[in-house]
Amino acid sequence: MSAQPLTIHTMSLRKEFGAKVAVADLSLQVGRGEVFGFLGPNGAGKTTSVKMLLGLTRPTAGTAVLLDKPLGDRQARAKIGFLPEHFRFHEWLRAGEFLDLHGRLYGMNREARAAAIPDLLALVGLADRTATKLQAFSKGMLQRIGLAQALLNDPEIVFLDEPTSGLDPLGRLLVRDIIDGLRGEGRTVFLNSHLLGEVEKTCDRVAFIRDGRVLQTISLHDPEERVQVTLRVGSPTPQLLADLTQFGEHVNLSRHNGRIHLTLAHESRLPDLAAWLVQSGYSLYELNPQRLSLEDRFLQIVGNDSGDGAAR
Amino acid sequence: MTTLTIAYLTIRETQRRRILWIALALGLLFLFVFCLGFHYVYLDFERTWVGNEEAQLLASLLLAAGLYATNFIAIVISVVTSVTAVSAEVETHTVETLLTKPIRRWELVLGKWLGFAVMLLVYIVLLTGSILLFVYLRADYTVSNLLPGMMLMVMQGLLLLSLTIAGGTRLSSLANGVLAFMLYGVAFVGGWVEQIGAIVRNETAVDIGIVASLIMPSEILWKKALTLFQPAFTSSPMMAGPFTVASQPSDAMLVYAVLYMAGMVGFALWSFTRRDL
Repeated sequence: MSAQPLTIHTMSLRKEFGAKVAVADLSLQVGRGEVFGFLGPNGAGKTTSVKMLLGLTRPTAGTAVLLDKPLGDRQARAKIGFLPEHFRFHEWLRAGEFLDLHGRLYGMNREARAAAIPDLLALVGLADRTATKLQAFSKGMLQRIGLAQALLNDPEIVFLDEPTSGLDPLGRLLVRDIIDGLRGEGRTVFLNSHLLGEVEKTCDRVAFIRDGRVLQTISLHDPEERVQVTLRVGSPTPQLLADLTQFGEHVNLSRHNGRIHLTLAHESRLPDLAAWLVQSGYSLYELNPQRLSLEDRFLQIVGNDSGDGAAR
Repeated sequence: MTTLTIAYLTIRETQRRRILWIALALGLLFLFVFCLGFHYVYLDFERTWVGNEEAQLLASLLLAAGLYATNFIAIVISVVTSVTAVSAEVETHTVETLLTKPIRRWELVLGKWLGFAVMLLVYIVLLTGSILLFVYLRADYTVSNLLPGMMLMVMQGLLLLSLTIAGGTRLSSLANGVLAFMLYGVAFVGGWVEQIGAIVRNETAVDIGIVASLIMPSEILWKKALTLFQPAFTSSPMMAGPFTVASQPSDAMLVYAVLYMAGMVGFALWSFTRRDL
C-alpha cells in the first residue's frame, strides 16, 4: 500500500442488474501518484466498476470516495479525465472543436482552452489535424484524440479503459510515455487493460478481479517476487512432492515431461532447495528458476483463487 | 451555461449532419408546390369571377389544406429529428465522455430540448408564415389571430419533441420513434372520432375523442390553431369540408396540453438523472 494520501477508496461497492451481480464486493485503495492496473477476465466487472467510480452507474450498495468526495460529485469530476473503452465521439466535429467542446464542459474559460488544446494535439501526435473532422479519423487517431480529451483539465485522476486497443506499437509507446509523464507529475492513473505486457511495463500496482471481487492486489515494484522453479530429478517419488511443499506452493509433477514445477515465495530459497535435494540423496539434473511474469500471476490468481492445486 | 453549450451543439449537429439543410430545402420545395398549386387553382377561379365572398372562401379552403400539410410536416420533423437525440448518445457511448465532465445530467437533456425547440420554432414559423404571406399577397386573404395560431402550431411540435426527448431517456431510438408516432396516431384518430361524433351528435364518440386527447393532446393544438386562424370559416362543416373543427377544444384542454408538455420535460430530466449508463 502506498504511503501517499488516497485518491480512490472504495468500500464494498456492489452492483446488481436485476438478478445478475456485476460487481459483488469491490474494495480497493489507490494512492496519489500511483499507476494502478485493474485486471480481470472478460465479465469480471471491470467496466461496471469504472462506471460506478465515474458516477455513470449507481452502486446498489457500498460507498466510495474519490479525491475526498463522494461518488458522482461534480467538483471531483472536474479533476478527473476519462478515456472510455468505446471511444466513440461526435464524429461531425473537427478535432479542435471536439477538444474545445470538452474543455467547455470542464468549465475551462476561453484562454485556458486556447492554451491547452494545441499542446495536447501535439502531445498525441495530431497537431496537423486540428481542422480534420473526426469521421475521417482512423481508430488509432480517435483513441489519441480521446486521450487528449481525457487530459484537457490537468486531471488528478485519469481513468483509461483499454487505452491502447486501437493503437500500433508506436502509439502504445506514446501512451506509455504519457502515463510515465502523468506519474512524474504526481497524477493518479487508473488503467483498465488486459494487455498484460503493457500493464507490466506501466503500472505500479495491480488488482486482480474476478466475479466482481478483488482477489489480490500486488505491487509490481515489490522486490520479494516469487519464482517459478522447474526441477528435473531422477525418479521423483510422492514423498518428494510432499516434502517440497515446505519450500513452496503449487507443487506438481508434469506427467508430460516428468518435471516438477513449484513456486517459491522468494528466490533466496533457491540455494536451500538445491542443498536439500542433494543432501536428501536425489539426483538433480535440472533446476531452472524463472521470475513469474504478470501473465503467470494472472493465471495463478484469476485462474485459481482457491489457493491450492496446480496453477498451470 | 452548460445547457446553452449543449443547445448550440445540438443545432450544430443537425447542421453538420445535413439534417437542417435537407429540412430547409424540402421545406422550400413544399412551399413551391403549394404556391404554384394555389396560384393556378385561384387563377381558374378568377377567370370565372363570381364574387369576392366566394373567392375568399376558396382562398381559406386552400389555405386550410396548406396549413394541414404544414402541420403534418412539422410533426414529422419534430419527431424524426429528435427521436435519437438522447438515445443515440447512449447507444453510441458518446454520452460517457460528456457525463463524466462536471456537468449535471439534466443540463444535457434540457440543452438538447432547447436546441431542437429553437430550430422547430424557427422552422414552423417560417413555413407557416410563408404560406400565410403568399396567400395574403396572391389572394389578399388575411387570417385572424396570426401569432397565437402560429404559437399553437409551434406548441404541437414542442409537445412531440418533449415526448421523444422523454422517451429517449429510457427507450432505444426505434422504440421511441414507434411510441411517438403511435401516440400521435391515437390523437389523430381520436380527433376524427370526436369530430364526427360532434357532427352526428354521438356523445360516446366525443368522449372517446376526449380520452384520446388526454392520452396525447397534440391534435387539439392543431384544431385550436385552425379555429384561431379562421374562426368563421371552420365553424361550419358544410362550408369547410374536411378542415372543419366541429368540436372546439376547450381552454382547459389547452392548459392540459401545456401541463402535459411540462410533465414530459420534467420526466425526461428526472428519468435521465436516475438512469444507469
